[in-house]
Amino acid sequence: MAGKAVLTGTYFMNGDEACCEGALAVGCRFFAGYPITPATEVAERMSWRLPEVGGIYIQMEDELASMAAILGASWGGVKAMTSTSGPGFSLMMENIGLGLCTETPCVVCNVQRAGPSTGLPTLVAQGDMMQARWGAHGHYEIIAIVPSSPQEMFDFTIRAFNLSEQYRLPVLIMADEVVGHMNERVVIPPADQIQVVSRKKPSVPPDQYRPYQPGPDGVAPMADFGDGYHMHVTGLTHDERGYPVMDAATQEQMINRIVSKIRDHAHQIISYDAIAMDDAEAAVVAYGISVRSARRAVAEARGRGIRAGLIKLNTVWPFPEEMIRDLAGRVRALVMPEINLGQMVRELERAAAGRCRVRLVPHAGGSIIRPGAIVQAVESALKEA
Amino acid sequence: MSTKKKKPDAPHPHDELLRTDRMPHIWCTGCGIGTVFSCVLSAVEKSGTPLDDVAMVSGIGCTGRMAGYLKLDSFHTTHGRAIPFATGLKLARPQGCVIVASGDGDLLAIGGNHFIHAARRNLDLTVICVNNFNYGMTGGQLAPSTPFGARTTTSTQGCSEEPFNFCALAAACGAVYVARWTSLHIRRLTTSIGEAMNKRGFSFVEVLTPCPTSFGRHNKMRKPLELLKFYHERSVIRNYIDPKDAVLDFKKNLVVGKFVDIERPTFLDNYRLLNRGELGDWPDLEPKLPRPEKQASG
Repeated sequence: MAGKAVLTGTYFMNGDEACCEGALAVGCRFFAGYPITPATEVAERMSWRLPEVGGIYIQMEDELASMAAILGASWGGVKAMTSTSGPGFSLMMENIGLGLCTETPCVVCNVQRAGPSTGLPTLVAQGDMMQARWGAHGHYEIIAIVPSSPQEMFDFTIRAFNLSEQYRLPVLIMADEVVGHMNERVVIPPADQIQVVSRKKPSVPPDQYRPYQPGPDGVAPMADFGDGYHMHVTGLTHDERGYPVMDAATQEQMINRIVSKIRDHAHQIISYDAIAMDDAEAAVVAYGISVRSARRAVAEARGRGIRAGLIKLNTVWPFPEEMIRDLAGRVRALVMPEINLGQMVRELERAAAGRCRVRLVPHAGGSIIRPGAIVQAVESALKEA
Repeated sequence: MSTKKKKPDAPHPHDELLRTDRMPHIWCTGCGIGTVFSCVLSAVEKSGTPLDDVAMVSGIGCTGRMAGYLKLDSFHTTHGRAIPFATGLKLARPQGCVIVASGDGDLLAIGGNHFIHAARRNLDLTVICVNNFNYGMTGGQLAPSTPFGARTTTSTQGCSEEPFNFCALAAACGAVYVARWTSLHIRRLTTSIGEAMNKRGFSFVEVLTPCPTSFGRHNKMRKPLELLKFYHERSVIRNYIDPKDAVLDFKKNLVVGKFVDIERPTFLDNYRLLNRGELGDWPDLEPKLPRPEKQASG
C-alpha cells in the first residue's frame, strides 16, 4: 500500500484534509489524536494516509494522551502532530507546557469552535486566541499561525512544522470550523518545491553534549532517543545539562532562554500581508476566517470611496507589535474583526498605544462576520477620528 | 523526601548506569525505591540490550525521579502521562526498549486511563509500578492503592475506600506479563523485570515498597526495618494464580508472584496486519444484490 507523501496536483478539498497533506508533505510521520468536531477530518484522513507512507496513526484515549504521545514520538526522532478543537485544546494545555519546557518540536492544530465548554461544536469561533498564548501555566513565548483558507491550511502547516523544528517548540495552527470544513481549490506543489527544515542534531561527542546549551541562534541541538547521547529530559526547571535544579537562578536562566529564542527571531517568524494599504486611511487588521469577511469589506469600502486597506495576519503569536506601532502612526483607524468579544484587539490597542483609533468588530461565535459590519465600523471610526 | 545528605564516597556497582553527578538522591532513609532502581539497573545490564536502545520514562512523584538518575535516554514527564509519552517514543522507534517506571498514584490514579488503554492495545512497554500505598512526595495522602482503614494525611480516621488490585486490573485489560514482588524479593524482582523487558507486549511489574516517612508514620510503621520485616513475614508467593485472587491484605497476607505470562499480538503486530489488509473476515449482513443490467445508451 505504498503511497506518495506529496500528492502534487490540484484538488478540491477542505481545510482539515489540506492540513493533513501539508503535514505529510513536510515529513510528519506520527499522528496521535482523539475525535472532536470540527477537527475530526484531520484524524480521519491521517488514519489512512499515514500507513500509506510508512507512518503511525494512533487514536488515543483522550487529548491528554494525544499531546503526550506526540511529544514522545518527537523525542523518538519523528515529526509529529495532533489536531483538536476547544475542549480538547483545553486538555492539551498540560503537555503543551511540557513541550515548551522540554523544547520539543511538534505541531498542534486547533480547529476552533464556539465555547466555553461544549459550546457550539459544529459552528465557528475564534475564541481560543488568548488560550493559545497563555493557556499553559507559567511564562513562555509561543508561535501561533492562522490560516484563512484550505490552501493556507496546506501551506501554513508546512511552515508550522518548519518553525517547530527550527525553534524547538510546539507550534499552534489556530484554524477554525469554517476554514476546516470549507472546500476550495488546493494546489500541492512538486516535492522539490517544498521547504523542509529539520531539527539541528548535536555535533559533539556524547560526553560533551549539553542538551540545553544553546547554539549561536539561541536554540540547542537536539539528540533523539537512540542516538547514544543518553540525555535526561524533564519538565522540571533544568540547567544546560538537562538536570533539575530547584532555584530561582536556574529558573531565570531557563525562562529567559525559552522566551528569547522566540523574541530574538520575531522578525523571521512574524508573517503578514498588506493589501491595498498604500493610500489607506483605515486598516482592517484581520486573521483566520475573518480575513475573508475583511477582504470583502475593504472592497466594498473602496467602492464607496473610503480609503480602506487590509492587514492580513498570517501569524498572531508573536504579535507584530512593531509593524502595528508603525502603522498606527500612518493611518487614522485600525479595525479588527474577530469571532470573540475582544481578544487580539487588546494586543492591537496595546501596540497602537493611542496613536490612532482602534475599533473592534466583535462576534460571539456561531457564524462568520458579515462584511457590512466591518464597513460600518471603518466608516464610523474614520468619522470620529 | 528528606533534604540534607552526604555524598557517598564509595563507588556503586551500577555507577556506569548512574548519573553520579546527581547524587545524593532524594529518597528517604528506609524507602524502597532505591532497591527497585537497583533491580532495574541489574536487569538492564543482564538483558544484554544495547544501552543506546534503552529508554526510561517516568511521571511525577518519588518514583518519577528514577529517570533522572539513570544515565541513559530518560524522560521525566507530566503527572500521569508517562505511558502516553512512552507510547509515542516506542512507536517512533520500535527497536528501542522503553521502560516506564512510576508510582501507584501516577500510573493508576491520574494515569489510570492511559494504563488500561496501553494494556488493551498491548503496546510493547515494560511498566514498573512502585507501590508504596500513598502519595509520598506530597507528604502522604491517600492513593488508589491505600489499604482500607489505613491512615494518611487525607484520611486521618482511616481510608474508607477500597483499593485497586493493580495486577488484576492489568491482566483484565490485556497485559501479557504480570508480576508482583516486594522490594525485598531482589532476585525474583530482577528476574521479572528482565523477563518483562524481553516480553513482546505490555508487561507490568508491581513492587510493594516501604515508605516509612509518609505512609509508615501515620500507620505505626515508621521504623524502616520493622516495615521490611513485616513485608517479609506477610508476603506469600503464589505463582500463576488468578490475579483476582492475589489479594493484598495487611491483616493477613500480601500475595506476590508471577501471575501472567502469555502471548498476544502487539499493537504494531496488528498495525502491520492492517496495512497488509490481513485483519480477517467480518460478518457480511449486506450480501451483494444482483446488479441492474446496464442499459445501452442512445
